[in-house]
Amino acid sequence: MNLDIAEPKKLVVITIKEERLDAHNAADLKAELLALFEQGKKNILINLQDVRFIDSSGLGALVSGFKNAITNQGSLKLAGLQPQVKSMFELTRLHRVFDIYPTTADVPELP
Amino acid sequence: MEKNRIEIDIKIPNQTRYLRLIGKIGEELAIGLDEYAGNRNTLAYYINLVLTESVINTITHANACDPNKIVHLSIGIEQDDLVIRVFDEGKGFDINEVPPPDFEDLAEGGRGVFLIRSIMDSVNYRKKGSENVLEMRKSLVKGEK
Repeated sequence: MNLDIAEPKKLVVITIKEERLDAHNAADLKAELLALFEQGKKNILINLQDVRFIDSSGLGALVSGFKNAITNQGSLKLAGLQPQVKSMFELTRLHRVFDIYPTTADVPELP
Repeated sequence: MEKNRIEIDIKIPNQTRYLRLIGKIGEELAIGLDEYAGNRNTLAYYINLVLTESVINTITHANACDPNKIVHLSIGIEQDDLVIRVFDEGKGFDINEVPPPDFEDLAEGGRGVFLIRSIMDSVNYRKKGSENVLEMRKSLVKGEK
């Protein structure tokens, strides 16, 4: 019998319930993402709708997660960026790196 | 003190939990600048960011993350410029030697000084007596950079 049994890839959605993603809390996000990868979760969506302010450390934590996702053959996508947060991605050219969606509802389901 | 001059002198413990407070002070100052030629909400975000990036650099580098040290900074208006100064007593560095980020290489760090330079009209770091001062200026009459 030839079977192809696949578990659909599940997307882990992380909503950051902070007004600031900065040098004070970026290490926490980085550690949470690492823990998820260690648990075998590969596909992550980060909802930034509540984040009003991001600095270079916040961007760095997202880059760290993105690189870990790629290493694990997964993905790290972003949604819900407020305009000024989005402008930080543009200034640092990181908008070319991440898949960025207006809201979590706009993210296509994984195969 | 001359007319229209503002100088807010701040000393905080060398701890990241105070970044929010410092950023907020800068935002409030920027929002109140009726004379600014550009968008004041954008300026507020930018000043918050420049304060956050410059103070975290002092916390981690000059003050080596020692929670018992202090960070001394000032935020002010001098003539037509918004001026931020961050003082430290560390060994100092040459800010002109800090390379811009390599946009093709996805490094985790190395964007802080780039962001400060992108936003401010002038950035310099020099020795003054026994301390170093990082001075960052943004013209309020030129509008958005």
